[in-house]
Amino acid sequence: MAYVVTDLCTGCRYTECVTVCPVTCFHMDERMTYIDPENCIDCGGCATACPVGAIQASFLLPADKAPWIEINRLRSAETPVIAERLPPLPTAEARRTELGL
Amino acid sequence: MSDAGTSPFRVAIVGAGPSGFYAAERLLGSALPMRVDLLERLPVPYGLVRYGVAPDHPKLKQVTVVFDRIAAMPGFRFVGGLELGPDVSVDDLLASYHAVILATGAPLGRHMGIPGEDLPGSHLASDFVGWYNGHPDQKNRLFDLSGERAVIVGQGNVSLDIARILLKSVDELRRTDIAAHALEALAHSRVREVHIVGRRGPADIRFSPKELHEIAQLPSCEALVDAADIHTESFALPAGTDAEKAAAIAMLERLACVGAAREQHKRCVFRFHLEPQGIEGAASVERIRFGRPSGWAAEPESVGIECGLVFSSIGRRSCSLEGVPYDDGRGTHANLHGRVVDGGRLVSGLYVCGWSKRGPQGTIGTNRACSHETAAAVLADLPALAHRTLAAEHPLLGIIGPTHRAGKYIDFQDWARINAAEIARGARLGKPREKFVSLEHLYAAAREELPC
Repeated sequence: MAYVVTDLCTGCRYTECVTVCPVTCFHMDERMTYIDPENCIDCGGCATACPVGAIQASFLLPADKAPWIEINRLRSAETPVIAERLPPLPTAEARRTELGL
Repeated sequence: MSDAGTSPFRVAIVGAGPSGFYAAERLLGSALPMRVDLLERLPVPYGLVRYGVAPDHPKLKQVTVVFDRIAAMPGFRFVGGLELGPDVSVDDLLASYHAVILATGAPLGRHMGIPGEDLPGSHLASDFVGWYNGHPDQKNRLFDLSGERAVIVGQGNVSLDIARILLKSVDELRRTDIAAHALEALAHSRVREVHIVGRRGPADIRFSPKELHEIAQLPSCEALVDAADIHTESFALPAGTDAEKAAAIAMLERLACVGAAREQHKRCVFRFHLEPQGIEGAASVERIRFGRPSGWAAEPESVGIECGLVFSSIGRRSCSLEGVPYDDGRGTHANLHGRVVDGGRLVSGLYVCGWSKRGPQGTIGTNRACSHETAAAVLADLPALAHRTLAAEHPLLGIIGPTHRAGKYIDFQDWARINAAEIARGARLGKPREKFVSLEHLYAAAREELPC
């Protein structure tokens, strides 16, 4: 298994996950981050660090989020590694409020 | 100081666990000319990744690949076998380096502070963890595994590690890097029931859902919640509960609903609302007695659990170091965001990261963010600190002598030889490695004086 970034990340991109990843296995495009399942060591640190609960262990994913396992695998192979925190997207705070968090 | 930027800044980091490595990573990744010495009292690096992470969690240990990459960064030096106190003082280091970062962890287990805790059979969780992981300090510990029931007080992931090691069959552990002496002792274990006990309810657990899921899935063991310990409100989520914790609480609720099927030979029982009051036994542990917290029931209730082993798994704290202010409340070196403070005053040049900065919490990667914060403080302060004249031209050489290769100090090449020898020993047994558990053997392997 590995941990998986879901579409809840879209529009926030807080990147707290990146600062606590011990193996720098996060990748990123302009919308969200992705976890490289080959390098993820299952520590789970990112799941608790994410301010909007966008990251979950693959075995805990509800059925409607299951496609994100494959999307993380594919997109992490196509996008650059991100090793340091970035400023959140301008829409981040509004989205967090919208999610009630 | 770095005259015209030519001579490098020198930083010593004490403790070669994850937080020490991550501090080195941030310092050596800066644009400043930098030399970092990573000092470690043991002859081996990686701290709790080697001696804390459970042997049946090999994937977590892959993080050492990252530490090896950090060790290969220009300006990095590992000095193993150098102990703060006997070998060198904090003041010695401050005289030889522009900055010193303490990454000394939280090695001291917390006692419950109840009568009978000194009986044979009552142990600190950290001692058992060190023992099954082959830590030289715990290699001679003895754990009496002849009783059928063990009780672990404290509800974090360390308790689940201990429960798995006690409840898994030897065949499930044989291909891990568990220490040979532990495998041998566990082969004769009669433990078949482990109670993991918390003072409060399910909402206060520190388990992660992944680890709970793992123990619930063990093939020969049944995980359950004792119905006597819960009521209708027990699994209600407090406001602000994050998704991970909610998932863990929901798993416990499912375990409570399933009830005791008694289909499996072994059981892991989660217990709640039990305050430890005393450990009893004539010559060794026979039972541990708990009380219910006030408000639990109309009448005070005493609950005894018959057992042969008790583990206190309620946290750890840092070792107080001479010359370093200690924060008793947090059990860490006194600090503000990684800068060591004495009262309200900063101690110039002295920093702290990892568990000795923030206490024992978080995952391996939490230390990365923590150590980067400290290293950023060091980088900000270095230009001012570098006006000081350092005692020695070559840090440490004045302290440990230039001929250290013949003596007790270990560099990263020495560690590579230990590592290769351990892996070779393990390969013959179908294990990823067979650790050397005595300092004598570790040093011999470093000098290639041991047949593999």
